[in-house]
Amino acid sequence: MTTVNPPLLEVSRLTKHYLSPRRWLAPPKPPIQAVDEVSFQVARGETLSLVGESGCGKTTTAKSVMRLIEPTAGSVKLEGKELIGMASETMRQHRRDLQIIFQDPYASLNPRLKAGEIVAEPLRNFGIGAGERRERVQWLFSRVGLRPEGVAKYAYEFSGGQRQRLGIARALSLNPKLIVCDEPVSALDVSVQAQVVNLLMDLQAEFGIAYLFVAHDLAVVRHISHRVAVMYLGHIVEIADRDTLFASPLHPYTEVLLSAVPVPDPRSRPKRMLLQGDPPSPANPPAGCRFHTRCPLAQPICSEQKPPLTLRSTTGRAAVSPSGAADTAASPANGAPSASGGHWVACHFR
Amino acid sequence: MTRPRGAFGADTPLLEVEGLRTWFDTLTGRVRSVDGVSFTVERGRTLGVVGESGCGKSVTALSIMRLVPTPPGRHMGSVRLGGTDLMTLSEREMRRVRGNRISMIFQEPMTSLNPVLSIGRQIAETVRLHRGGSRADALGRAVEMLRVVQRPEPERRVQEYPHQLSGGMRQRVMIAMALACDPEVLIADEPTTALDVTIQAQILELIRGLQARLGMGVVMITHDLGVVAESCDRVVVMYAGRKVEEADVVDLFDRPLHPYTRALMASMPSMNTSTARLAEIPGLVPAPSELGRGCAFADRCSLARDRCRVESPALTDQGGSHVVACFAVQEGWQAAGGAAAGEAVGQRAGEAVGVAGRAPDDGVPAR
Repeated sequence: MTTVNPPLLEVSRLTKHYLSPRRWLAPPKPPIQAVDEVSFQVARGETLSLVGESGCGKTTTAKSVMRLIEPTAGSVKLEGKELIGMASETMRQHRRDLQIIFQDPYASLNPRLKAGEIVAEPLRNFGIGAGERRERVQWLFSRVGLRPEGVAKYAYEFSGGQRQRLGIARALSLNPKLIVCDEPVSALDVSVQAQVVNLLMDLQAEFGIAYLFVAHDLAVVRHISHRVAVMYLGHIVEIADRDTLFASPLHPYTEVLLSAVPVPDPRSRPKRMLLQGDPPSPANPPAGCRFHTRCPLAQPICSEQKPPLTLRSTTGRAAVSPSGAADTAASPANGAPSASGGHWVACHFR
Repeated sequence: MTRPRGAFGADTPLLEVEGLRTWFDTLTGRVRSVDGVSFTVERGRTLGVVGESGCGKSVTALSIMRLVPTPPGRHMGSVRLGGTDLMTLSEREMRRVRGNRISMIFQEPMTSLNPVLSIGRQIAETVRLHRGGSRADALGRAVEMLRVVQRPEPERRVQEYPHQLSGGMRQRVMIAMALACDPEVLIADEPTTALDVTIQAQILELIRGLQARLGMGVVMITHDLGVVAESCDRVVVMYAGRKVEEADVVDLFDRPLHPYTRALMASMPSMNTSTARLAEIPGLVPAPSELGRGCAFADRCSLARDRCRVESPALTDQGGSHVVACFAVQEGWQAAGGAAAGEAVGQRAGEAVGVAGRAPDDGVPAR
């Protein structure tokens, strides 16, 4: 594609099927279709959130973008360069621009390294000298709100919120363009969660970092995102800018998901749309629209044809196919994210 | 299905916790995990207990169930269940109460279920222990309970094992087990924290429905103010082992008084507003071993004065059975300079600053 200004991240038809290990003499099991032909874009300085229930494929998608999980098919382009199939050394160089923060700050920090070494490790990997490293680590510590004497401590000496700050400092160390945030605040208490959410938003405003934000807490997502993609059983069913999605969701699953969030107002105990039972297994997903087995609107066509993700409204922004099929003028003027906008829905009836 | 609930009067609260203290004597000193908590639960009503991790919510629940090992734990105070003080019962007598008159469900249903027994057998075990009867009768009750918690095809499903179930279904099985003997009180310790929102909605709806049918009192322990707003009638806010505020749910959300409650509400990203910054509470919940003499929240509170650091405020009624333990509220301290109270909970654009910036006693609704 010869676009003048390619989007920062362009994911097209990303697919990850897990093959079950074949048991001796047993018939082969169907693959788990964790992510199935998922396409979206992230513009510079933008936060795109992936939301959905556990098992919907949001984390698999995020990790496939990082190539921490090798996708089965599809393409991931960072600034127009294809990452899938890239040679490992070239990929390593590109990881400078692409960092990740994990859900569990306890498990994602090396217990044998001092905090300063944890944050300096990416710098060392890219050949930055000791003096500069020390300076940069000091700066990173102060930027994420950790005390400078913390460099000599071990991870276990920090609280959960501080550990997550440490993870953010490590991700920030190489000036990345995109940080994948995999449930970064789910393990934290509300007051600490607010500290980390504010920090992430401040860093974005200051350095223009884009976030691919994976979360199941819709209140946090609503607060931090510019755009939101809703996933169900490995498919994106709806993608729109935040205010459109929360104010006027179109996909019946999005409606159900939003109505399930408890509202912190005892006067409005809303009547909610409850789904029956659990989502079907991704090893044997329903044909057609994957939501049709639980959908209040389902008609025969839903079990026969998979509804494509189609544009419903441009909501005042340049319409760009989430798969990157159309033109793009991704120009985040004055830091405000734009581009790759529009309200896309995969439903036969909405 | 409701059965007569003993002979005590209709106005006697079902569960009365009074001055409950649970201390642990450790090598590094005494840890006061729960330090003088009192509340009551009425029949058919839900009491919410909120607070962040480490504030003593779960130890309170375990203490009521007498599930805290003693030693190292040590209890003081009383827990009266329909007139019986559970704290004075022998372990043998307590076993007849637990799972029968008072039941508990936990956050992680997988670790609370026995992985090698079928779920039917686990439910039946509770029934036989408390009600006696034949194995077949008990299994029949298990099937009935699975139907109550909306497990499809209960006759077949009783033979399933926990690993075959999803998280939401496991929590349903836990609820079936907890309710199999028609308890008077159900203690739910973060019952939906490990679940997705859609499943959380199902489980909360289920608990609400069963409560209306069976008339039990529920103690809902949670850190999620959304869950509180939705499912509770009355709320206890805990901080560092103490009750800092208690009020009816509507009153609490309209008029949060304690600086901690206000800060907690302001730090929540709300579904209705999306302002630029969330309010932060500086610092962390102190470890119970680090508590001094004064108010435990003083170090994180911008309204705090010298008195707060040396003296612990008592609970006082602020009208409408709304009690709070805070000198600033009781004595109507003004924030030093208009902005100071705002800083108590960080800066937040929009309404929340207005709330936090006001003197805490002017009774302006939170939203």
